Amino acid sequence: MAACSMEDVLARVEKEEAEKLKNISVYKGLELEFDLGNLLACDQNPPDTRQFRKRTADEFLRALARDNTQLLVNEIWKLPVERVEDVIVAKLPDPATRLPREKPVPKPRPPTRWEEFAKLKGIQKKKKTNLVWDEVHKQWKRRWGYKRASDDTKEWLIEVPVTADPNEDQFAKRIKAKKERIDKNELNRLKNIARAQKVKVPGVGLLPTDQQSKNDLGKAIQVAKMSTASVGKFQDKLAKEKEPKNSGKKRKFQPLIGDFSAEKQKQLDLLKTMESKKPKLNITKAVNKQMREEDREAAATKKRKRSQKGRRGGFDGKGGKGGKKQGAK
Amino acid sequence: MTSLDKVVKPKTKRSKRFLQKRESKLIENTKNAMLIKGGNTSEIVTQTLKDIIYMYAKPHGTYQSRKNITRPFEDQTSLEFFSKKSDCSLFLFGSHNKKRPNNLIFGRIFDYHVLDMIELGIEKFVSLKDIKNSKCAEGTKPMLIFAGDVFQLNNEYKRLKSIFIDFFRGPNVPRVRLAGLENVLHFTALDGRIYMRSYKVLLKKSGCKTPRIELEEMGPSVDFVLRRTHLASDDLYKTALKQPKALKPKKKKNISSDAFGTTYGRIHMQKQDLSKLQTRKMKGLKKRKGEKAAAEELEGDSPKRSKLE
Repeated sequence: MAACSMEDVLARVEKEEAEKLKNISVYKGLELEFDLGNLLACDQNPPDTRQFRKRTADEFLRALARDNTQLLVNEIWKLPVERVEDVIVAKLPDPATRLPREKPVPKPRPPTRWEEFAKLKGIQKKKKTNLVWDEVHKQWKRRWGYKRASDDTKEWLIEVPVTADPNEDQFAKRIKAKKERIDKNELNRLKNIARAQKVKVPGVGLLPTDQQSKNDLGKAIQVAKMSTASVGKFQDKLAKEKEPKNSGKKRKFQPLIGDFSAEKQKQLDLLKTMESKKPKLNITKAVNKQMREEDREAAATKKRKRSQKGRRGGFDGKGGKGGKKQGAK
Repeated sequence: MTSLDKVVKPKTKRSKRFLQKRESKLIENTKNAMLIKGGNTSEIVTQTLKDIIYMYAKPHGTYQSRKNITRPFEDQTSLEFFSKKSDCSLFLFGSHNKKRPNNLIFGRIFDYHVLDMIELGIEKFVSLKDIKNSKCAEGTKPMLIFAGDVFQLNNEYKRLKSIFIDFFRGPNVPRVRLAGLENVLHFTALDGRIYMRSYKVLLKKSGCKTPRIELEEMGPSVDFVLRRTHLASDDLYKTALKQPKALKPKKKKNISSDAFGTTYGRIHMQKQDLSKLQTRKMKGLKKRKGEKAAAEELEGDSPKRSKLE
């Protein structure tokens, strides 16, 4: 008897379980695709058009939505759960659907000229302490900025150097020097940006220095001469003026060791040109030659036409003189 | 941002922070949406825009309620200008005219240029306020469901699905409150139409842990038809999809798995010294005093040796 009742109990429990599951289970031909990070489900089953026509649209859609939502919720409820401030939360995985970015992937900042140089030389940044001991005030002060130690802008007296002009304002000189350094730094910053973006910037010409040397003067003359509309082509020369030094192209040599494939290619190209019987065609030169020839021809035909016109013009009285003149030319 | 923007140095900390916020980032912020009213709109279009901004785009969206006389499919410059101004990368443009009545354009912007946009016509619209049911709180992260094989087969529908996900998914969250899953957005593609329905979810007791779901229509519900499309070229789309290298998971060495999902690990070990292996302890196997001393003498220099009884 006991065994029999046991079986009954088991069967009943099984039936109850099945009924409970029936509440939340949904049958689909193709399984749904889930992306729980976005709380997203994709049902690839084509919707039943026959059912759609039979019932009203809203009713059909709601039934479909209910089934799909049930499946999505079943999946979400399987996620690991934790309790945060008396609220049960589910931990979501990372979103799997790939969506386009809003902005392109950030690029690392290209190194400045100094950074490149420092890397080449192996110069490393050293961290300096923020506070330094100020001997004058006998206290720790900041190294830089407001209320800094040994602040030379706060000095009320500056000794005039022996070599300096006694009437020169040393305070103004110091301020000017500071301004100059700031401007130079800004120029370098802009140059770095231009270099990073591979923009070609025109040469700045002559940079201000504290004391101009002979070389600087020569450079200044050269820059001034070049600063015409025709880039200094028609500028007169002084009687004993020499050609400016270091203004042409510098010869550059390939490194002794390094790119072997490029070297090999160079040699092979050289051999090829030496071996070939045909003279090498300089395309720019050829094109220029052709163009000049065409120009000459065009000019010649124009001249011929004009002279013809002039002769014809000679018959009628009014324009005769001008025509003749033109012809005579 | 153009090259010139980077050259101008921010003068204050605040403006620096502002510019930093707009720079491209490794892990991106939630996309902002702008909802734009066109030069001419019908009441249906206006109401749709309002409902969508209210329900889905509220904290991450702006509504430009003035007339903006522009045609995205003909001239995109003003859209790109707006996106730059307000730092938005999603837009929804509503307009109404005789040729294309009740028109909505969903679109995305990548790097301040239009990536793709899809024009949808509203066939039927029921507003949020026309359905007299209880609503869920605004800004709730909705569950998104797409039904219909077209979303997988057709290229335009595929892109439309991607745009819809982008538009409606809300912020990316690591955790979600289970009782707070209140809203379902269901998109069904059927008979050349796209039915967008929004339901409130009612969690009913089912007897087991997972609740039984009942749905209640909340609105807005819209029937769309597909009109013009402007999809990004494959190249552009690929660059837009590009994932930064730093975010890709690093490959773990010496771990592999087979077809059945069993994980195998490769371990590198030194060769075992079997002579020191401790076997079963028995009186007969015990070393005698003389042997023990000899053994100690042999390996007296190794202090790490375990003591033998």
